[in-house]
Amino acid sequence: MKYMESDQVLKKMNRRILYNNLFKGVFFLATTVGIIVLAILLIQVFTEGIGYINVNFLSGRLSTDPDHAGIMGAILGTLWLMAVVIPITMLLGVCTAIYNELYAKQGKAQSVIQTNIANLAGVPSIVYGILGMTIFVRTLGLGSVVLAGGLTMSLLVLPIVIVSSQEAIRAVPQHLSEASFGLGATKWQTVKNIILPAALPGILTGTILALSRAIGETAPLVVLGIPALLIPFPGGLFDRFTVLPMQIYYWTLDASLVDEYANLASATIIVLLFMLFLLNSTAIIIRNKFQKRY
Amino acid sequence: MDFVTGVALNQTVEASNENIVYYTEDLNLWYGQTHALKNINLPIYEKEVTAIIGPSGCGKSTFLKTLNRMVELVQGVQTSGVIHYRERNILDKTFQVEELRTKVGMVFQKPNPFPKSIYDNVAYGPKIHGIKSKKILDQIVEKSLKGAAIWDEVKDRLKENAYSLSGGQQQRLCIARALAIEPDVILMDEPTSALDPKSTLKVEELIQELKKDYSIVIVTHNMQQAARISDRTAFMLNGELIEFKDTDTIFSTPEDKRTEDYITGRFG
Repeated sequence: MKYMESDQVLKKMNRRILYNNLFKGVFFLATTVGIIVLAILLIQVFTEGIGYINVNFLSGRLSTDPDHAGIMGAILGTLWLMAVVIPITMLLGVCTAIYNELYAKQGKAQSVIQTNIANLAGVPSIVYGILGMTIFVRTLGLGSVVLAGGLTMSLLVLPIVIVSSQEAIRAVPQHLSEASFGLGATKWQTVKNIILPAALPGILTGTILALSRAIGETAPLVVLGIPALLIPFPGGLFDRFTVLPMQIYYWTLDASLVDEYANLASATIIVLLFMLFLLNSTAIIIRNKFQKRY
Repeated sequence: MDFVTGVALNQTVEASNENIVYYTEDLNLWYGQTHALKNINLPIYEKEVTAIIGPSGCGKSTFLKTLNRMVELVQGVQTSGVIHYRERNILDKTFQVEELRTKVGMVFQKPNPFPKSIYDNVAYGPKIHGIKSKKILDQIVEKSLKGAAIWDEVKDRLKENAYSLSGGQQQRLCIARALAIEPDVILMDEPTSALDPKSTLKVEELIQELKKDYSIVIVTHNMQQAARISDRTAFMLNGELIEFKDTDTIFSTPEDKRTEDYITGRFG
């Protein structure tokens, strides 16, 4: 006796194919919504802002007069911020990841720590702003300077760097470290010579992506008290500073006072997007270039 | 069975003490609650090939990894008993694993060269033990690659990535890498199970060459291989050592019913 009646199978065939196509459409539609919204945003920003980008705008100092306003100070501020965030998060993040993945005894305490690191990555950024305000600006008395901002941003992205570094380390095949241990290497020699070189592309990719989040963040810096109109350029860790997203925020806020501020905000968004684009491209290039097979 | 084998072993051990590299005494091992090795008493003889056979999960790989304490990489491993290696107890926690693994090299189931050049793969061991001189490293690399019978195939491409080699060549490279630290014993964990028949043959021939200078312990699931290349064979089952004899005897006249069933292919 046959269980698969070919008549029955054929009868249901059309409906199955219909559903197949239907769901393909649903998934495509979902993707399109995102892309369309993004496109609208980009078109609006570009039409409003592109005309305002010129040498004076990019290299000039801030001003209340829209015709003379420049964002060099904010660009430098963003670069200074990165200069603090990169070394701190790389160092702390990678070391923490190595400890968690390779040294810590897997147990209850370890899994609690692990879960909390993952949770910290989801804490709203303004909370980090309050933390930075309390510790760096007030308690350590740094004031709203580059170092305080950089340390705050470091705290903000540290969990992301730790988690992505841990994933990169975990992805290094165990048989490589076994080979190293089997030759009498110590753990540190194995980490230094085998595990870190193999995990480095992954670590760099994660760090760069975390960094691009840091340079786009505004909320924590609002809490830190970054000034709305800062004319001198920052030149060191203890200088007051502003960053691109802060500038966008203040100009958008005051767009009701001076119409052209909206255009300036759009122009600044273009510059910020360009920086993010550069960073993310670097991450992708590193990932593709150093992707290894084992 | 324990009693009989135990007595027999003790006599053998006393009779030829100088030729023994390893001797395990009531070795027990637990992975958490799982009792993986049960009272193993087994000598390993110098400059011989000792094969360990048995069905999957019988503890043969675990036993091998206990001999260079690689088993400690797994969390929650507990051992009891003694492993004598050249008069010293390697299970004594004061015994540095790094020192042990310099004396006892290991070749793994799957060829696992480092993602480095052929040269750097072989030079890795000597380098981590502090040899810096380029001249000495050159000599070690050449000697080790010759020792692993792969020199002629790679001498013109030492700077190439090890992954450009075939699987069989990679495994011989891994053997060369183990030879570079001038070990006393070489542990091999199913070294040919990932290789094609031709590469397997080459590695087996190499093992025959190597036993002139090294003591070799090889875990294999391939009984023909054990019969071909080993001098003595140990049969393990469910974490116990069932029988240990010279290879010809164990394959022609096994004493234990379970050994006989296994080598005649009735289970496993």
